[in-house]
This record gives sequence, structure tokens and C-alpha cells, in this order.
Amino acid sequence: MSDPSRRDLRGESGTPDDGADGARRSPLHATHVALGAHLVEYAGWLMPLRYGSELAEHTAVRTAAGIFDLSHMGEIWVSGPGAGAALDSALVGWVSALEVGRARYTMLCAEDGGVVDDLVVYRTGPEEFLVVANAANAAVVADELRARCTPEAAGDAVTVVDASARTALVAVQGPAAEAVVTAALPEEARAEVAGLRYYAAASASVGGVPAMVARTGYTGEDGFEVFVPADAADHVWAVLQGAGAGHGLVPAGLAARDSLRLEAGMPLYGQELDRTTTPYDARLGRVVRLDKTGPDGAPIPFVGREALAARAGAQPARILVGLEGLGRRAARPGYAVLRGEVRVGQVTSGAPSPTLGRPVAMAYVTPEVSAPGTELTVDVRGRAEPVRVVELPFYRRPSQRGTP
Amino acid sequence: MSQHIPEHLHYTAQHEWVTTDDPATVGVTAVATEALGDIVFLELPAVGTAVVAGQVCGEIESTKSVSELYSPVTGTVVEVNEGAMSDPAVVNSDPYGAGWLFKVSVESRGETLSAAEYAGVAAG
Repeated sequence: MSDPSRRDLRGESGTPDDGADGARRSPLHATHVALGAHLVEYAGWLMPLRYGSELAEHTAVRTAAGIFDLSHMGEIWVSGPGAGAALDSALVGWVSALEVGRARYTMLCAEDGGVVDDLVVYRTGPEEFLVVANAANAAVVADELRARCTPEAAGDAVTVVDASARTALVAVQGPAAEAVVTAALPEEARAEVAGLRYYAAASASVGGVPAMVARTGYTGEDGFEVFVPADAADHVWAVLQGAGAGHGLVPAGLAARDSLRLEAGMPLYGQELDRTTTPYDARLGRVVRLDKTGPDGAPIPFVGREALAARAGAQPARILVGLEGLGRRAARPGYAVLRGEVRVGQVTSGAPSPTLGRPVAMAYVTPEVSAPGTELTVDVRGRAEPVRVVELPFYRRPSQRGTP
Repeated sequence: MSQHIPEHLHYTAQHEWVTTDDPATVGVTAVATEALGDIVFLELPAVGTAVVAGQVCGEIESTKSVSELYSPVTGTVVEVNEGAMSDPAVVNSDPYGAGWLFKVSVESRGETLSAAEYAGVAAG
């Protein structure tokens, strides 16, 4: 191996650290306990909900920076001469067209077009890809990729390795994220990481630990996600926290992560996306590459293609919209959306927006009430609260460095 | 968790506290505010409203959840903490002091818990 230290990120031999109650412990568990985190079980993992005030954590990410433990996410390596072709047939995106060092938001769909998971795929080498899956779906995604990424499907050798158990993921998000992360790098690596475009990644040494540093995130801010071997997670976290000390960096938990992604209009699997939802319902039809073609110019078949092609041109039964609350009580997941007395949809996510100072929500509604400006109500525990349909996202950061 | 539970107050199993004087002052405990997270909205009974011990009289909304507020006493609301209504963060920062919620002219008191009894509820 030319780069043996990087193998740490790719091995499959790690074992999850199970707690007495069965919830898996993050490799950063001791760090969270030392920081006084309020821990909750999430997707089978015991993770920080917040460290102190979740509103302060949210605001820090919008104005300075926050550091998040995302080690519950799944990391699955797909490699070999057939890797690109295999992923083209397994996922809805055109993965083989990715340049090395770039990433794409994509999805794994069922034959009927329903979303099995939403993913970020990184091309880390000509014949190597990293698929990052949601924690709750990581095992399902790994199984599906093993079933779909076969030499027969790819026409060449392909290997699928689930490295989730031995990979830690630490995100630094916020306008100060670049200053924080580059301060944790050796001098010679700083320019490359600072120059990364949105949805691009590079190998770098963070606090002496070999890492993959990606300019990606789930907060609507500039930021980085740092993949490191699980056994080095505490050290890397400490180095990044130290680097952020002068930049207003604070540890941030899942509560802030959820309110940040909601303001940014980003879907959460299990709420906006599930197996009964197609990418088109969630207004994410752009990720479905019906136009992907092989070297011979022929369309590339992929799982779900027929159903999704039919869905692409059809009027949806329901569509995802943003709702801005005109009162003070927030719509919550599951609440009914009404026009007059008639039920026209259901809320999937909702919370008071710390940045906007009023409630926001996402909801699936029937197409005839989906136009921005449409005034509806949400049944908030028996009382109709007025809401208005608005364009997503609710929040867009002042300056953006390119688009995914 | 070992939140402070003042000796001189009475408590409900739903995490309200109430003073023993009249009008009685009602609030929520530090155990509740720690569990709720940052409180962003209070819906409290208006002055003049009749409240009944053990019945819902308002709600407390945090970023992640909503919980109902139960009145520990029966009577008429005589004052509402307008400062907490406009800045609910004070309920998190000072739940037994500046974060009080409302005052009731007492007709009768519901069954309440002593500080020691409530400590048992909160620990359980």
C-alpha cells in the first residue's frame, strides 16, 4: 500500500462500542460526557442533543462556527475497476461522471422509485468512491450496495466495504469554519483546503491524523466534514476545538443540526424522505439522472429508472413546500395542513426558526395549494394557526462559494 | 441530573411549582426546563381566567417540543409574567425566580408534593 495510514478509513474490522442499554456509543462519547452533553438515543446511537443552549449553538453556527459529531453516519467504500459503473446502476445519480475529489448529493431508490436513502458520494480516486449514508439506513444501504454493485452489473470487479464502525466524522460549520479547519492543518495543506469548492474534498493531515476533509455540510453555512479513523476521533476533535478557540467555535448537538437544516430547507430522511416518497415529490428530481449514458452513448439502466421516468412527467399527488408561520405556535411533524376545513397536507418538519424569529415548517401538500403566497392553516393541537406557503430555503447565507 | 429543588415550594408530578401564599405564584421546575431545552414560547392563562387544579391551563413550547402546563391550584389568575412572555429564556435561566409564570387568587389547592416527594418523582 502506498499510503497505509489511509487504510484506517477503509477497513471493515472495527466493532461498534455498545453501551449497556444497547445504544451504540460514538467514538467521541468520552468527549461528549466531559463536555456535559445532554445525550439522546438517535438512530440506535447515543448522541449529543445539545451541550448547553441549543439556540446558542444554532446562533454560533450562523455567526461563527460549531463543531458536530456525525460519527453515527454510515461510510461505505465502493472500489475497483467497475466501481463507477456499479454505482451508476445502483444509484439515481451519474456517479461515474464525477471528477476525482468531487462529491454529489444523490439517492438510492427502490424499483418503485421510493427513496431508500439520500446520500453524499465522494469520488476519492479513479476507481474508488465513498458513499455516506444516514445512520438509520447505513446497514440497509451497505446491503443494497453489496446486492447491486456486482461484477455482473458493473461488467468489472467491484468491492463494497462498510467502514462505518471504524470511521468518525466531525463537522465544522459556520462562517469561521475555514479559519478553524485550516488552523488545524500543517502549513503546506492550508491553501489546498481553503481553496476547496463546495462539494469537493481532499486528503489532509488534521492534528497529525490522516483525514479526508470535505467542503460539505447540512446547516446552510460554509463548512467542512472531516472523516478520520475512530480511534483518533478524540484527538482530532480536541485539535479542532483548540483551533476554534479564538473564532467562537462551540460544540453543537443534534437539536441545532436539525433547526439549521430546516432553515436551510434540507430534507431529513424519515421526515421529508422515505420509501413512499420519490425524489420528485421532494422537489429533488434534479438528482435523478435519466440522461446518464454509458461510453457507447446508450442510456444507463439503474434501479428505479422505469418508475422514476414515469414519475418525472406526471402531476404529483403531493409536493413538498415551505410554510412560514404567521402566529407564534410552531407546526410540528404529523400535524394536518388545512385550507378552510379541508385537509390538504401534512407537516413533515417544523420548529420555531431561531434565525427568522418565527415558526417555519416543511409539509407535503396537494399541488393546487403549493404556490408561494398561498395562505393555509395548520392544526396545532386543535387550533388553526395561519401559515403561508413560501419558497425554500427559509434561510440562505449571505455569500455562497459555488453550488453543489 | 441533580437540579435544585427549593424546600419552601410545593410541586406537581407534571413539574410545576407553586408557592404556599395567596395569591399563589406558579412556575415550572428546573427539572422541566432542563428536559425541555430552550423555551421559545409561553401560552399562559390571561388575567381573570378561572383555572382548576390538575387541569391544563397553558403550554410551554421549546425548540424541540411542546408540553402542557397544569395548574396546581384552583382560582382566578390575577397576574401574568409579561417579561417571561416576551422573553421566555428567563424561564430557563431562573425558573424559580424571574421565570415565574402566573399568580392565582386561590380558592382551593390541588394535591401537591413536598420538595422531598418531588425529588423522588424527578429522579424516577
